[in-house]
Amino acid sequence: MTNPEGMLTWKDLEIGSIVAEPGNASQYQTGDWRSERPIFDNSKCIKCGICYIFCPEGCIEQNAEGYFEANLFYCKGCGICARECWTRAITIVPEEE
Amino acid sequence: MATKMGIEVSVAIGEAVRLANADVIAAYPITPQTHIVEHLAELVANGELDAQYIPVESEHSAMSACLGASAVGARTFTATAGQGLELMHEVLYVASSMRLPVIMTVANRALSAPLSVWGDHSDVMAVRDVGWIQIFTENGQEVVDNVLCAFRIGEDRRVLLPVMIHLDGFHLSHVIEPILFPEQSEVDQFLPPNQYPLPLDPSKPVSMGDFGPPIIYFETKWAQEVNLEAAREVILQCWNEFGKTFQRYYSPVECYHSEDAKVLLLTMGSFSETAMMAIDKMRRDGREVGLIRLRLWRPFPFGEIRQAVKNAEVLIVLDRALSFGGPGGPVCSEVKSALYGEDKKPRVIGFVGGLGGRDITPAGFEEIINRGIEISQKGSDQEFEIFGVRE
Ligand code: SF4
Ligand code: SF4
Repeated sequence: MTNPEGMLTWKDLEIGSIVAEPGNASQYQTGDWRSERPIFDNSKCIKCGICYIFCPEGCIEQNAEGYFEANLFYCKGCGICARECWTRAITIVPEEE
Repeated sequence: MATKMGIEVSVAIGEAVRLANADVIAAYPITPQTHIVEHLAELVANGELDAQYIPVESEHSAMSACLGASAVGARTFTATAGQGLELMHEVLYVASSMRLPVIMTVANRALSAPLSVWGDHSDVMAVRDVGWIQIFTENGQEVVDNVLCAFRIGEDRRVLLPVMIHLDGFHLSHVIEPILFPEQSEVDQFLPPNQYPLPLDPSKPVSMGDFGPPIIYFETKWAQEVNLEAAREVILQCWNEFGKTFQRYYSPVECYHSEDAKVLLLTMGSFSETAMMAIDKMRRDGREVGLIRLRLWRPFPFGEIRQAVKNAEVLIVLDRALSFGGPGGPVCSEVKSALYGEDKKPRVIGFVGGLGGRDITPAGFEEIINRGIEISQKGSDQEFEIFGVRE
């Protein structure tokens, strides 16, 4: 199942919709569930990593400068990171902005 | 050389599963199915069948254990009835949509309340849409033969679907009948080993039963429907092959004196043999009546039904289940829908009878046929007729 899931026709499915390629859940774009997104203000960030720990998607990564950012392919916009951030470095904004 | 013996049908099913060399049996005892799994437990305990017997705490667990066993490629069998089938309900859908060829005999039983262990088809009709192949049987020989066929059909690479064999509780499950058992070597030749193409195997990992968001769920359901439809061909081939090997032939719709009959009765399960007695008597009396027996319930044999009834004027359908607040009997309603678009079709009259183990005698079937003819002539303001309820 190398095609993006949305492109599969019923004929492309394996028997019983078995997933024969281990680990391909990483191809699933949970980001398209999102209606809001986190914005990181690095000037307030103390690099504590709490957002990274709490993100239920595990989609927050640390960059080369030590700041944290969300991978929007997976980020569902749940807002947990913003809620848990000590310094209010993360704000959640509606997707259309 | 086949061996003929007088044997209780439930025990005979156990013997058929032994001949099929099942690998896993997971079951929970429930009347009137108990003797089937009891005999299998004995066979396994005595070392006569080299299989894992998993005793579980409920039918829900029985079917769940069967899924796991089938998923590793084991030849898997279970049996249930009535309330047990209901308790399995949600897992039945999982078996068919994951395409796991679990084979199950169902000793058809009425549903509570009031509590009834006796036979009817309420349990069958409640699982009509679960995506399993479903076959009705009329006597012990047919059950044994179709258990063997079920493994071959279900495990066929082109099918890979679970199969239910329906037999009437008590009327069939608990009677002793003369049954022919094929030799082990004949069965081995007829029934190749189960080779599930994508089994759970640590050396080649796969994920089964994943979630299906809106973007893919519908595709999976359509694939399932196309697959069940495609199974028709394999079912016919299997029955044909079985007939050539063992000289007993089966077909989706069985006809009895129906070719020239103006009036046809349609039944399923063990009642068909009693109905034949009524047809014989009425024929001797010079009446142009015949019988149609529905064997294949899913996938529904639309073409065969149309063909079998096309020359009749009246078709009387006897259901042993009641769709409350609906059209009466589920089988009748499907037969009507199969015929709706036909230019030439019989008038279809639906009866519901024989609920909760209530017998219908040959005289009773004669009465049903006569009443059906009367309704076809005079009409009725009822959607369907009830047979045998005391007024
Ligand atoms: S909004 Fe939720 S999913 Fe997105 S980065 Fe924050 S915690 Fe993770
Ligand atoms: S929780 Fe806030 S302060 Fe801590 S690393 Fe994340 S953004 Fe920076």
